[in-house]
Amino acid sequence: MNLSLLILLPLLTAVTILFCNGLKQVRSVALAGSVLQLALGIFLLVVYWQERNTGNLSPMLFEFSVTWFAPLHINYHIGVDGISIAMILLTASVVVAGILVSWTMEKLSKEFFFLLIFLSLGAYGFFISLDLFTLFFFLEIAVIPKFLLIGIWGSGKKDYSAMKLALMLMAGSALVFVGLMGVYYQTGSLDILQISQMHIPLEVQKFFFPFAFIGFGIFAALFPFHTWVPDGHASAPTAASMFLAGISMKLGGYGCLRVATFLMPDAAHAYSWIIILLATIAIIYGAFATMMQTDLKYINAYSSVSHCGFVILGIGMLTETSINGAVLQMVSHGLMTALFFAAIGMIYSRTHTRMVAQLGGLLKVMPFISTVFVIAGLCSLGLPGFSGFVAEMTVFMGSWQNTDTMYRLATILSCASIVVTAVYILRAAGKTVMGPITDNDFLQLTDARWNEKLAAAILIIGIVLIGVAPFLINQLIGPGTENIFQQVGKAITLK
Amino acid sequence: MMLVDFFILLKQELVITVILFLLLFIKLGKDRTNESLLIIINVLLFLNFVAGFCCCQEGMLFNEMFRTTNLIVLEKNILNLAIWLISLQSYAWLKTHKHLIEFYILLLTTLLGMFFMISSGNLLMFYLGLEMSTIPLAAAANFDLFKRQSSEAAMKLIISSAFSSALLLFGISLLYGTSGTLTFSELTIHLNGAPLQIFSFILLLSGFFFKISAVPFHLWTADVYEGAPVAVTAYLSVVSKAAVLFVFVSVLYTTFKPLANIWYPVLCILSLLTIIVGNLFALRQNNFKRFLAFSSIAQVGFILIGISGSSQEGTASVIYFILIYVFSNLAAFGVVSLVSALTGKENISDFKAFYTTNPLLSWILTIALFSLAGVPPTAGFFGKFFLLIAGAAKGNYILIGVAALNMVISFYYYLRVVKAIFMDDNAEPIAKIKIPAMPKLALYICVAGIVLTGLVSYVYDYIYSLSTGF
Repeated sequence: MNLSLLILLPLLTAVTILFCNGLKQVRSVALAGSVLQLALGIFLLVVYWQERNTGNLSPMLFEFSVTWFAPLHINYHIGVDGISIAMILLTASVVVAGILVSWTMEKLSKEFFFLLIFLSLGAYGFFISLDLFTLFFFLEIAVIPKFLLIGIWGSGKKDYSAMKLALMLMAGSALVFVGLMGVYYQTGSLDILQISQMHIPLEVQKFFFPFAFIGFGIFAALFPFHTWVPDGHASAPTAASMFLAGISMKLGGYGCLRVATFLMPDAAHAYSWIIILLATIAIIYGAFATMMQTDLKYINAYSSVSHCGFVILGIGMLTETSINGAVLQMVSHGLMTALFFAAIGMIYSRTHTRMVAQLGGLLKVMPFISTVFVIAGLCSLGLPGFSGFVAEMTVFMGSWQNTDTMYRLATILSCASIVVTAVYILRAAGKTVMGPITDNDFLQLTDARWNEKLAAAILIIGIVLIGVAPFLINQLIGPGTENIFQQVGKAITLK
Repeated sequence: MMLVDFFILLKQELVITVILFLLLFIKLGKDRTNESLLIIINVLLFLNFVAGFCCCQEGMLFNEMFRTTNLIVLEKNILNLAIWLISLQSYAWLKTHKHLIEFYILLLTTLLGMFFMISSGNLLMFYLGLEMSTIPLAAAANFDLFKRQSSEAAMKLIISSAFSSALLLFGISLLYGTSGTLTFSELTIHLNGAPLQIFSFILLLSGFFFKISAVPFHLWTADVYEGAPVAVTAYLSVVSKAAVLFVFVSVLYTTFKPLANIWYPVLCILSLLTIIVGNLFALRQNNFKRFLAFSSIAQVGFILIGISGSSQEGTASVIYFILIYVFSNLAAFGVVSLVSALTGKENISDFKAFYTTNPLLSWILTIALFSLAGVPPTAGFFGKFFLLIAGAAKGNYILIGVAALNMVISFYYYLRVVKAIFMDDNAEPIAKIKIPAMPKLALYICVAGIVLTGLVSYVYDYIYSLSTGF
C-alpha cells in the first residue's frame, strides 16, 4: 500500500475545504475526508496483517523512499510498523470524533475545519516518517494550528494559553532539533533505520539524548515541562482539546520512543533513573493536583499529566513489557481523554458551566451524555473491561520486572496514584451525574444529538475493544516494541 | 576576447543601463500618466528578470576587474526578481507620486551598482559598486518629499553609510599597503596573517557588517527603516542586504580563506549577538516597519551562522535562504505598503482584527510571518533548517543550540502579530482594502515562492550545484 495516501488525503480534504462555502458544505467535506481517512487506516491495518501473515518480518512495512534534498542526505522516507498503525488508527478515530462534535461550529467554520484537518495531516506524517528531517517537518506542522485553534475559538484566558502552548512546544522542537543535529553529524545520516544499525559513542549519546528526550517530553507533558497542558486544554475549544490530548501529546510519546530511545539506547539506560523519577513525580503530582480542581476541563487536563506520566514511566523502565505498556497507554489515553473532553464539551454547550459545584443530576436530563461521561471516567481510573486497565496494568507489570529497589519503589508509588485517581474521578462523576438537579434550567436541556452520539460511539468502541480483547492490539504493536526493546537490549549486553 | 563575449558577460548590467536610458528618454518626452508609466516600467523590469536567465556564460573582463559565474548570474537574477516585486508592490504609493521616473532611476542605479559590486574581482571595483549602490539609495529614502521623518532617514542613512565606507576604504588602503595588490585572486596569495593585515581585515569586515546591519553596527537600521517610504524600506532590507551578503560569502570563502581562523570566531560571536539583539528589540516594537527592521536584523544573524559553516552547503544555504527571505519579507512588506499607502496606518496595533475585514491580506501576511519565523510547510522552515545544518558542520553545537532557542523567542513576536490579526478585538479595524492588480500579482508570486521554494527540492539542488565552499 502506498503510505503517501495517508498524507495526500488530508491535504486534499484541507484544500477542498478552502473552496467550500458555508458551514454545511465545509463540515460535510471535513467529515467525508476524515471518514475516508479512518477507512484508509483500517484498510492499512488489514493489509498489514496480511503482509505479516505471509511471513514478512522486516521491522518496517510498505517502505517508500525518495531523495528530497540530496546534498544534505534528506530523504522522504516513510514506512509503518504496528506502533505507527496503532497511532494512525487512534488519530483517525479522534479526528472523526472531533469533527462530529464540532458539527455546529458557526464561527469561521471554514478556517476551523481547515486547521483541524491540517493538524491531523502533521500527525499522520509524523507517525509514518522514517527520516528525521521529515519527522521534524511534520512535528512542527502540527504545532501552529493549535495556536490558532486555541487563540481564535478558545475560551477563558485563551491568548495566554495559546501563546504559552505554542512557545513551549516550539521550545520542545528546538531541543529536538539540537538532538537531531547531534545524531546527524555523528552518523552522517538522517534515516532512522540506518542510524539504528550504527553505534553512536556513549558520550555523544549522553550529550544529545537529553535534548531529544526533553524536547519530545515537552509534547508528552514531561514533568516539569507540563505546564502548557492544563492551560492549553482548558482554553481550547472541544475539538481542539480532543486533538491536543488525543493526538498532540502522542507525538511526544512516540518521539521519545522512536527517536530518543530507539536511536540512543545507551543513554536511555544511563538516564533511565532520571526519567523514572520525573515520571513518578508527574504521576503523583498530577493526581493530587487534579484533586484540587473544580473545573471539569482542568480535572481532565491535570489527570492527563498524571496519565501521560505512565507513558514516560513505561519508556523509562526499558523492559519489553513496559514499553509495550507505554504504547498501550498512549492509545488508551488518547481515546479516553478525547472521549472525556467530548463529554465535557457536550455538557458545557448545554449547561454553559464546567464547574463541578454548579452541576448535578445530569443523568436525569441527559442520560446518554452522562453515561459517556461516566464511561470515560471509569476508563480513566482503570476499571477492568476498559482500555485504561489493560494499559496501566501492562506498564506496572513491565516496571516490576526491574529488580532494582529504586525502580520498584517508583512502581509502587505510581500504583498508589490509582487510588487518588479513583477519588477525584468518582467525586467529579458522582457530583455532576448523580444527586439532585442543582439548577431548574437543566430540566429544559436535551440529550445528545446524532453527531455527538456517533462521536462518542467511535471512541467507546475503541476503548472497549482494547479493554476486552487486548491481545488484538498486543499482536499489532508486539513486533514493533520487540524491535525497540532489542535495540535497548543490545545496549545492555554491550555494557 | 570577442565583442560578443563582452556583451554576454555584461548582459545584466547592460540591460539595466538600457532601461535607465529609456527612462531618461521617457522623462524628456511628452507627459504620460503614472498608470501607463508604471505598466511600462513593470513590463521592462519583468523582461529584465527573464533576460537574466538567457545566454549565461562565465568569464572575466577588464583585466579581472569584472568576473561572472553562473552563481553570480543567479544572484543577480534574485535581485532582479526582488526589484520587480518591489516595483509591483509600490504601485499604490507611486500612482500619485510626482517624481515617479526619478524614483526608478535612483533605484535602478543602485541596482547597477550592486551588480558591479557582486561581480567585482578587485577591491576598487567593489568599492565603486558599493558607493554607486548607496548614495542614490539615500536620495530614494527621502522620497516621501513632504515628510520630515523621511529626510531624517535619508540623512541618517547617508551619514552612517559614509562612515562605514570610510572604514572600508581605510581597510582597503591598509590591505593594499601590506599586499601590494587590489585584485582578489592575488590578494589571497599575499595574506599571511600579519597584524596589520588582520587590522585592515577587521576594518573591512566592519564595513561589511555595517551594510548588512549586524550587531553592533545595527543602530542606524530601525530609524532609517521607519522613516523611509515602505518601498525603499523593503528595498533596503531585502535587496541591498542580499547584495552585500552575496559578496560577503564569495569574498570570505575565496579571498580571505587564509584568515579563516580569525573570521570564524568573529562570525560565531557576532551572529549570536545579532540574533539575540535583533530578537530582543523586535519584542516590543509597535511600528510595523521598525518591527520588520529588527526581525530582519535577527534574520541576518541566522545567515551569518550559515556563512560560518564555510562549506558548499553553507554557500548554498545562504543563497537559498536569501531567495526565501526575498519572498517572505516582500510578502510582509507588500501587505504593509498597501495598508500604509491606502490608509496611512503602520502600527501593529492598527492591524487588530484585520482578519474581519481583509481575510486574504491577513492570510498572506500570516504566511509571510510564519515563513520568517520558520514554520513548516513554508519555505522559511527549510531555509533556517539548512542554515543551521550548515552552521553545525563545524561541531559548534552551542551556536546551534542558542540559535534554535532564539527561534522560539522570535516565534513570540511573530505570533504576537498573528494574534493581533486574528484574535484581538478592535472597534475600528482597517477598512476593506481593494487590492490593485499589480500588488496582487506581486503578493501571489511571493506566496507561491514561499510555498514552493521549500517543498520543491529542485531549487536547492540547483543552487547547490552552482555553489562552492572550502
